[in-house]
Amino acid sequence: MSDMPQKTAEMPEPTTEPAAVPDPLDEAAIGAAVEHALAAIAAAATLDELKTARLAHTGEKSPLSLANREIGGLAKEFKAAAGKIMGASRGRVAKALAARTEVLEAEDAARILVEETVDVTAAPRRRRAGARHPLSTLQDRVCDIFVGMGWEIAEGPEVESEWFNFDALNFKPDHPAREMQDTFFVEPPEAHLVMRTHTSPVQVRSMLERELPIYVLCPGKVFRTDELDATHTPVFHQFEGLAIDKNLSMADLVGTLEHFTRQMFGEEARVRIRPNFFPFTEPSAELDIWHPGAKGGPQWIEWGGCGMVNPNVLRAAGIDPDEYSGFAFGMGIERALMFRNEVGDMHDMIEGDVRFSEHFGMEI
Amino acid sequence: MRIPLTWLREYAQVPAGATAEDVMNDLVKVGFEEEDVHRPLDEISGPVVVGQVLSKEPEPQSNGKTINWCSVRVVPEGAAQTLAGDGIEPSGIQEVVCGAHNFEVGDKVVVTLPGAVLPGDFRISPRKTYGHVSAGMIASVRELGIGEDHDGILVLSTLGLDPELGTDALELLGLTDEAAEINVTPDRGYAFSIRGVAREYAHATDSVFTDPASLVEVTAPEGEGHAVVLADEAPIYGQPGCDRFVARSVTGINTGAPTPTWMSSRLRLAGIRSISLPVDISNYVMLELGQPLHFYDADKLDGAIVVRRAAAGETLETLDGKVRKLDAEDLLITDSSGPIGIAGVMGGASTEVSDATTTVLIEAAHFEEVSISRSRRRHKLPSEASKRFERGVDPLVADVAAQRAVNLLVELAGGAESAASTDVFNVSAPAPVFLPSGYTSARIGIEFTQSQIMGSLTDLGAVVEKVDGGYSVTAPSWRHDLVTKEDLTEEVARLVGYDLIPSTLPTAPPGRGYSRTQQQRRRVVQALADSGLTEVLAYPFVSKASNDTFGVAEAGAPRTAVKLANPLSEEFGYLRTSMLPGLVETAKRNHSRGFHDLALFESGLVFLPEDSMGTASIPPLGAKPSDDVLDALYDGIPYQPLTIGAVFTGKDSPAAPVHTPRTWDWADAIDAARLVADVVGVELVVSQGSHQAFHPGRAAELALRNGEVVGYAGELHPKLLAELHMPARAVAMEINADKVFAAAADVIVAKPISTYPVATQDVALVVPAEIPAQTVLETLREGAGELLEDVALFDEYQGTGIPEGRKSLAFGLRFRASDRTLTSDEASAARTSAVELAAERFGATQR
Repeated sequence: MSDMPQKTAEMPEPTTEPAAVPDPLDEAAIGAAVEHALAAIAAAATLDELKTARLAHTGEKSPLSLANREIGGLAKEFKAAAGKIMGASRGRVAKALAARTEVLEAEDAARILVEETVDVTAAPRRRRAGARHPLSTLQDRVCDIFVGMGWEIAEGPEVESEWFNFDALNFKPDHPAREMQDTFFVEPPEAHLVMRTHTSPVQVRSMLERELPIYVLCPGKVFRTDELDATHTPVFHQFEGLAIDKNLSMADLVGTLEHFTRQMFGEEARVRIRPNFFPFTEPSAELDIWHPGAKGGPQWIEWGGCGMVNPNVLRAAGIDPDEYSGFAFGMGIERALMFRNEVGDMHDMIEGDVRFSEHFGMEI
Repeated sequence: MRIPLTWLREYAQVPAGATAEDVMNDLVKVGFEEEDVHRPLDEISGPVVVGQVLSKEPEPQSNGKTINWCSVRVVPEGAAQTLAGDGIEPSGIQEVVCGAHNFEVGDKVVVTLPGAVLPGDFRISPRKTYGHVSAGMIASVRELGIGEDHDGILVLSTLGLDPELGTDALELLGLTDEAAEINVTPDRGYAFSIRGVAREYAHATDSVFTDPASLVEVTAPEGEGHAVVLADEAPIYGQPGCDRFVARSVTGINTGAPTPTWMSSRLRLAGIRSISLPVDISNYVMLELGQPLHFYDADKLDGAIVVRRAAAGETLETLDGKVRKLDAEDLLITDSSGPIGIAGVMGGASTEVSDATTTVLIEAAHFEEVSISRSRRRHKLPSEASKRFERGVDPLVADVAAQRAVNLLVELAGGAESAASTDVFNVSAPAPVFLPSGYTSARIGIEFTQSQIMGSLTDLGAVVEKVDGGYSVTAPSWRHDLVTKEDLTEEVARLVGYDLIPSTLPTAPPGRGYSRTQQQRRRVVQALADSGLTEVLAYPFVSKASNDTFGVAEAGAPRTAVKLANPLSEEFGYLRTSMLPGLVETAKRNHSRGFHDLALFESGLVFLPEDSMGTASIPPLGAKPSDDVLDALYDGIPYQPLTIGAVFTGKDSPAAPVHTPRTWDWADAIDAARLVADVVGVELVVSQGSHQAFHPGRAAELALRNGEVVGYAGELHPKLLAELHMPARAVAMEINADKVFAAAADVIVAKPISTYPVATQDVALVVPAEIPAQTVLETLREGAGELLEDVALFDEYQGTGIPEGRKSLAFGLRFRASDRTLTSDEASAARTSAVELAAERFGATQR
């Protein structure tokens, strides 16, 4: 309580009339002085008033102090009786003082706390809240699921050799399939460099660089010569999976996709595949997922392509297709952000408007 | 490929009520994705009927136009009108205003009656116009949505039609048909035909297919037709450019005969405009059978047709009127006069069929895919014909298609079939493919029965023979894509149904989790976001000027950048060498949207080409290249380090009660770069730097301990900010994260912690203003010796009491020994020797 504001310093000494000194053996007079003191203590509404009462009734010139001093001058036989009277009387006053002090100090402390009240709703944001881009958060989420399945994450360059991007993936040099993917070519064309049109070249790199069996996920940016509009962008993100092992079948592909989809979209999610064509897989399939949380109700949503790795792709990486087989799949992250998080327009993902990322914060 | 349903119904059992959507739902099961529905009735509805013009009164108008006030009979004479509605005359005679003049009394026309709706939501009702109430309209082809001609109304006799009055004109004109548009993948050329799609529809629905090719009886040749010589002396990949050429003649045709509406309406639904009867017939047969045809005016041909590669300097004026320089690789159709067509791509103008043509020579040939593909790309001539040849045409259907065209020319153009015909046939039989017994089941995960395997393959037209250990499968002539056991496996799975494939989850071997670098990257990105920055993702396409401004210069010259051969925009034709152009653009976009207080970062690749760019050649597919070749491929990839950039403008936080925001400054940029290094435990050495994009006095060069420069941070150059219309004092940083990550220690070795008491001493030194604080600090550390536990700069001062050109730096020194309690004398002695070294090095004096 010592740090509580008190006005004691400025408080003048009480200017009470010098009272007649009561006789310490006069129980009635002493009792009256005690009652007087107790009344003053009880009447004190603040610690300052209590101090005044204390000085008036227990100070050196207070009737009780003066009466107490009289004991010394009493005859020996009266000293004990007087001491007993005075001791009990002063004890009552001291006790009352202590009790009143405690009450007033508690009241004072409570008042100060009330006075210190702030409006917590006006608390400022001292540090700006940062945010991840939802495409990168979602990509992390996808990777986490596959890493949890024991797969590893593989990456590669965005400017890539045509061989890795096309030929190693069984795109014949003059086949129209090579034109399905509108490719950005790098100058000079004789250098055979392209902006990768898919993350599949990373699959080829993985097969060349890793030991069998291989279970890798290849996320990353890819590039196609589409103009930006609400549903297209020349730069987008994919993740492709590749598994090469002995005796892998299309059922393993379906099982893997199903497991992943359930972790991503809930236990109700399912997958469906339909025949399609890709140069790097045979058989090939289109992948639909049953999205239980889709806007407008559960429904099938086209999400990507998949299939069994074409033996020519295995051969390009020096893997014997008679000994090993594999499956591969590829999906778009932008598309997932559209149907999972209801992003309606591709522009929002690439324009960098801070409201877009900040809405998601660190989560997805 | 668009499939008119009436056409499909001729060869497949499409249920009567089936819509285009139903058909697409079935086709998707066998691998044809739905694209669109084309249904005229979505746009047009009746009553639209055949009428006959009874009277036509020209009435000149004040605006200079003359309109015709007509009465039109829309029911057979003597019959009553059965239609009812506001404006429909019970008499069956409508009075209408018509602005066109290309018709006469007695002509049969199409009358849109009140209540009809035409394309464009044009609703017909009786309306007052030019002083009459016009109760309907005489329609033009454009108003009906079946053509572009807007010069006059449609007179039905011009289509060769003479229907009964009152006939439903929508039915008559084929507008009640509809088409399903599907996507055909590049491996399935055969499906660019009604024939191919009908077969697939039968597969999808397990119903009967009638092969249109089987309905055509090819006339047995009597005598030699037009001479044809196949003389390809430079085959590509050893494949002759042409292995079959059928030539048939039809004489005495009337090219002016109208195209029947059943044909023109199917062509229209298939997306092909009706041009003239001969052209329409050739397109019709192509759509039906998948065989592109070319018609020559036989009288303009000069001698034998020779199919050969182009000679140097040859040119050809193609049908589109352009003169094309031919390449030695172009496969040509020639006669004695020279080139008369680029094989399979486009015909020549000199032998084009015209109104005056009486004898047509029909070409139905089979050209090799690669040759056609290259010519098409070389001459930028995508056509319906080249599209099919590139994807593979059935070589055995050529004579059938030619006969079908002959028959149609005879039937519709009044021609006479010439019995003499030519068929040069060099087609080699397809090699059988061996499909091992258990292969399909193992690869798909379904236990297929022998009858499923043999049945599926037979259904799609293959000849399947059970042989020892498997099946010998000879693909049908239209399925040149079936050459491996995997191809056959897909067909079996596709026809049995992908939806029957079960689900099993393979177990990956124990993985190693995220690599160290992947973890580092994720932690750094997260840390930047946690520290209040917003992650953005910009395109890597930038202008040359941006790269020159923001890229790190090489020996005084702007650094080389990767240029795109076919950028979306020439202005942004380069790949970024710095993250900053994209960040600056993003910041500006946010400014324009009212957000001025920004802290943006991006992590991504920059493209820093070095000496080698790519490889002059690339190895073939289907085989692992040699190590040398692979090394060359790897070496040719330009350096693309992961780079992190950040840009800050405005304040660090919004103003609020009990909070005073701070303006981002140069130190924040450096701090963000330090954070990147701190997260991975790498120390960045910050020194005064020089970079053209930064303020010359407020740029930090960021280096690793080994001296390698990994980035820059500080305030952007005021002049640059003004040019970019960026706010003054914007700051930025950029750092090569790959290099920082690589510098991280594998193991951090612990330092012993001394628990002896600390002795702290402060010192203020006055030094020349140009000496970096870091240098003074390092000097104090060196001079104080090993008792110094830590030293930190806590204040810098210039002004009153400090001589001009000097500054005061205040350091806190923390001394501690590892083995004893230091005396104050020991601490003071260490401090003194630190100050003395600073005095010796820079003339530092104590303040």
